[in-house]
Amino acid sequence: MSVAPPLLAVEGLTKSYGGIHAVRGVSFSLRSGEILALIGPNGAGKSTCFDMLNGQNKPDTGHVRLLGEETTAKKPRDIWRMGVGRTFQITATFATMTVRENVQVALISHGRKLFNLFGSAPNFDRGEAGRLLELVGMGGYAERPCGELAYGDLKRLELAVALANQPKLLLMDEPTAGMAPRERVELMRLTAQIAREKSIGVLFTEHDMDVVFEHADRIIVLNRGTLIAEGSPAEVRSNPQVQAVYLGEGLLYEAEHREGASA
Amino acid sequence: MAFYVVQFLTGLASAASLFLVASGLSIIFGVTRIVNFAHGAFYMIGAYIAFTLTERFSGAFGFWGGVVVAALAVALIGVLVEMVLLRRIYHAPELFQLLGTFGLTLMVEDLVVLIWGPDDLVGRRAPGFKGAVDFFGQNIPSYDLFLIVLGPVVLGILWLLFQRTRWGVLVRAATQDRDMVAALGVNQKWLFTSVFAVGVFLAALGGALQIPRDAVHHAMDLRIIVEVFVVVVIGGLGSIVGAFVAAVLVSELNAFGILIFPKISIILVFLVMAVVLIVRPWGLFGKPEAAARKTPGLTVNPWRPLTSNERLAALAALVVAAMLPLFAGNYALTVGSEIAIFVIFAVSLHFLMSVGGLASFGHAAYFGLGAYGVAFLAKMAGLPMIVCLLLGPLLGCMGAAVFGFFAVQLSGVYFAMLTLAFAQIVWSIAFQWVGVTGGDNGILGIWPEKWAASPSHFYWLALGVAALVTIALRIAVFSPFGYALRATRDSVLRSEAVGINAKRIQWTAFVIAGTTAGIGGALFAYLKGSVFPDNLGISLSVDALVMVLLGGVETVSGAVIGAIVYKALNIWLVSQTDLSKLVLGGFIVLIVVVFPKGIVGMLEILAQRRRKSSPPGSSLLAKPIESAE
Amino acid sequence: MRARNCFVGAAFALLAVSMAQSAVAQDIKIGEINSYSLLPSFTEPYRKGWQLAVEEINAAGGINGKKLVVVSKDDGGKPADAQTAANELVSSEGVAMLTGTFLSNIGLAVSDFANQKKVFFLAAEPLTDAVTWAKGNKYTFRLRPSNYMQAAMLVEAASKLPAKRWATIAPNYEYGQSAVAVFKKLMSEKRPDIQWVDEQWPPQGKIDAGPVVQAVAAANPEAILNVTFGPDLVKLVREGNTRGLFKGREVVSFLTGEPEYLDPLKDETPDGWIVTGYPWYSIKTPEHDAFLKAYQAKYNDYPRLGSIVGYQTIKAAAAILTKAGSTDTDKMIAAAEGLSMPSPFGEITFRKIDHQSTLGAFVGKTAQKDGKGVMVDSSYKKGADYLPSDAEVEKLRPKD
Repeated sequence: MSVAPPLLAVEGLTKSYGGIHAVRGVSFSLRSGEILALIGPNGAGKSTCFDMLNGQNKPDTGHVRLLGEETTAKKPRDIWRMGVGRTFQITATFATMTVRENVQVALISHGRKLFNLFGSAPNFDRGEAGRLLELVGMGGYAERPCGELAYGDLKRLELAVALANQPKLLLMDEPTAGMAPRERVELMRLTAQIAREKSIGVLFTEHDMDVVFEHADRIIVLNRGTLIAEGSPAEVRSNPQVQAVYLGEGLLYEAEHREGASA
Repeated sequence: MAFYVVQFLTGLASAASLFLVASGLSIIFGVTRIVNFAHGAFYMIGAYIAFTLTERFSGAFGFWGGVVVAALAVALIGVLVEMVLLRRIYHAPELFQLLGTFGLTLMVEDLVVLIWGPDDLVGRRAPGFKGAVDFFGQNIPSYDLFLIVLGPVVLGILWLLFQRTRWGVLVRAATQDRDMVAALGVNQKWLFTSVFAVGVFLAALGGALQIPRDAVHHAMDLRIIVEVFVVVVIGGLGSIVGAFVAAVLVSELNAFGILIFPKISIILVFLVMAVVLIVRPWGLFGKPEAAARKTPGLTVNPWRPLTSNERLAALAALVVAAMLPLFAGNYALTVGSEIAIFVIFAVSLHFLMSVGGLASFGHAAYFGLGAYGVAFLAKMAGLPMIVCLLLGPLLGCMGAAVFGFFAVQLSGVYFAMLTLAFAQIVWSIAFQWVGVTGGDNGILGIWPEKWAASPSHFYWLALGVAALVTIALRIAVFSPFGYALRATRDSVLRSEAVGINAKRIQWTAFVIAGTTAGIGGALFAYLKGSVFPDNLGISLSVDALVMVLLGGVETVSGAVIGAIVYKALNIWLVSQTDLSKLVLGGFIVLIVVVFPKGIVGMLEILAQRRRKSSPPGSSLLAKPIESAE
Repeated sequence: MRARNCFVGAAFALLAVSMAQSAVAQDIKIGEINSYSLLPSFTEPYRKGWQLAVEEINAAGGINGKKLVVVSKDDGGKPADAQTAANELVSSEGVAMLTGTFLSNIGLAVSDFANQKKVFFLAAEPLTDAVTWAKGNKYTFRLRPSNYMQAAMLVEAASKLPAKRWATIAPNYEYGQSAVAVFKKLMSEKRPDIQWVDEQWPPQGKIDAGPVVQAVAAANPEAILNVTFGPDLVKLVREGNTRGLFKGREVVSFLTGEPEYLDPLKDETPDGWIVTGYPWYSIKTPEHDAFLKAYQAKYNDYPRLGSIVGYQTIKAAAAILTKAGSTDTDKMIAAAEGLSMPSPFGEITFRKIDHQSTLGAFVGKTAQKDGKGVMVDSSYKKGADYLPSDAEVEKLRPKD
């Protein structure tokens, strides 16, 4: 019986800079509707890994396949066209445009109307733009210039933009970085909800272990460019190698401790 | 062999002068991000003041003292300019400082004639460096040897200054990341002022040191400014070593180039720059621009299409304009046609610059190509006017397609300089290829056919085309393409992440802007009945920039108003006074200081203020926006 | 703040003054265009020259009793702006004719405008041969001796030099190119034994003199033709002097004897260059004396060549208007063709065949006197003697 290919399959991803392996032989996979966290201490190769998934960077060897289709040689925009939405560690939005227009740009691109010179962009898929903004709780901000938004709202806007092409996969690089704790929880809850409803796979990197352990279905851990652990939050937490890596930073302990306290 | 050595040394001497001025510009740009158009003006004032001082005080002390005092005096003027003018506009939109310093340059050109008179002045030779040194039968001027030594010495001093002093460390840090230095609590104001003073000092010193070999005259600034920009860009913005290497490279290529191609000087620097920028987009020693925390995002006023009332108002204005022939004479109508044509030109640049975020310094190339297109079709093929008008702009379109392809690979100042280089290359072809283009004597006798010959008919034609072009581009701004273009301007990263091929969008915008400019050029050829290389020249490109900036680069309709105000004022002033540059420059400086968002930008703010009597907090104030990685 | 107000005030006061020039309807108006802001070193004396002429004409009763008024416009050195100015003068000021211009391309632009709008145009200075020949037209006349004429005058002296190896240095634009081309052609006709060993084409206004001088020296010519002028000439001369380029070499040079270009050289003035120019200090004719006296009395300054050009342009215009007795263009053309008139250089005639005046130029040698550049051994060359035969001219000029 043949098995349908996983949503995302990463095999033996390797990248080195000047003889130093930033990422070495990383393999993992991701199913639709699954929320996978990629964690690791600073310099573990998370960003490099992430950039190879979204096309910003090309691996030396290895493969990334989306629903069985190779993406390693593709540009970010082509990967987006295959149904991959993404958000950035530091938000990247269209600062001089309104919130709605930001979403409309993505919708225009999705509708392949980028070179339409005579249509009316303000009316382009207005309804859909509104729906997406409602979905992320930004409905009331549609006409606000993007440059005026608080940081947390920018993150939510990015999520709305990322959802505009009805993605199968969301890549989120530190989605809650720079946000207040309450906002973090809210954003990730929202993301998880949307992912489950629409059966979207989510891969995210994150520093905040609270966020990771609360929302991830599965966690993979990178250290010095190699994958050292993979499993459910509970498995990863109890993995001695992971504990050793994180002991110095105290993050894991802290997360555990805090979680324990709240339980 | 001795000849080649001497030619090499001669090249080095030329390089030294170029380097002095270029290093100042590079430092200023690196730290303040100001495209200091007035740098050449400071160079010129340095020469004039040094001339006066060295004539007044004789002897070695008088000469060298005069040179240094002149440079110091000009540095002081620079400090004043920085404090009075530039400080007010650091937070204005990108390139607005260019407008301010352009205004200053215009003023200075007239002022030096008022102060020092119209004659070319020839100063003293440098005491102790009057003669030549014999080198195997070849003569090397000893002053050249002095300059050859001076160049590296200045480089060394600057290097020490930047490496060994706290000030230098701050300057380097600011060059890397301006915001970071601000965040460190450094008094940015005085850092900028001091950097500007040092830069101006170097420019003035470069000018003062020309006295023994050049004539001092009122067009010195223009002779050097463009070349210096080119050197700075080839070397890599903000890199002093780069400026030095580039100065040497350009000067040596020139010194040896003229042995093989005596006509190469006219185009050499631009060829070198184009090649360097295509191969190494950030110059020889430059680093990729630290992903700018963009300033264009200052607009908190989102763009929106006109409301129906505003459309009616615009229509009414058009109707009024169309009624001009009822009460105005032929001259006014011809001026009206010229203004309408410049509206076309300005909105075409606006589309590229404001909507696309790509400030072209060579937009006249496409205007001029449109004009030459018409001239070729009308004179060589003898086609009827209407056909020429339709097909002529295609030359602009083709030029834009070719050059735009390379240009959009770059961004920011590098994009600007590559467009400038292309424009200069086109200009020099028009200038040199006498057999086809008539050289600087141009192509004459391209007058409109009977149906468009009368001033009122031509005016209606120009006005109609201008209205159509403006409307079409406005529709394009609010079309899906327009949104995509604005998206690439705001964030290439995000654009690519939503499937937009940014380069292709920008290239398309470039072609649209170039073709539109070509339409303006085509009409211009018929208005003037002739075509000259001027029509593709730098000063026309600068005019276009000024029109867009004057109107307000962040607005949708600023270019229209900017073109009308600038062109009308320009024509009127040139007609009324020989000091038109002084008055026009003063006007521009005034606008820059009083309306740092341009005329339309200012009107919008006023309107907004009136709309909401209680505006929510600081929505009018600029807010830093993080929109990049 | 106050200073700025002052400045703006002053600027507008200036405007007001210049606007107050508007004339009364009875006057005869002449339009005048020149590159005042771009080339002040030529145009300042030029303006003084024509102002003196206007004063003299009106003092002598004007044009058939009507007062002569000159409306002057700046073209900023741009052909397009010159046309705007021409249009204003014709359409708005209602001038009887256009005069002036310095740069060749501007002269051609205005000439083409005149042809199109059927307006009389008296070109003052532009030297290109095209103004009266290849692109000549019915409406355009020219005062100054053309490139061809000046080249012919220089060739007359140059062909007598023993030198056989020649190099040329000329600004890289139409004026420089055509000056070199004509000189070469005429020279080679007279001296088939001549070799052209090097040519340098520095961009106008941007000469990098050191390498240029070196390059010429490397070709080791026996004589050099120079066409650069203004600041380029200064740089060239200074570098050439220092590097000994001119030592033992003959130099023939266009325009260098004109005070505008010779005076700035001061003690750097090279010795013995064969040049065209204007040695106002050594011209001893009654016509010139009268002009010189009047000019010095009015301005307390000596005249430059620009002064002569400005003066004679307006004098010629007045003579044409007086003879025509009308401001009708065709009548003015008829009056101007073949019209002779006095000038500070003696009598001149506007030729019927090509509308070129026979105003000549002085050819002499440069020398230094009390640390200043002067022209010595100069003699006046009548323009009429240095023009090609009528048959040749007819071939050069398109039929009206």
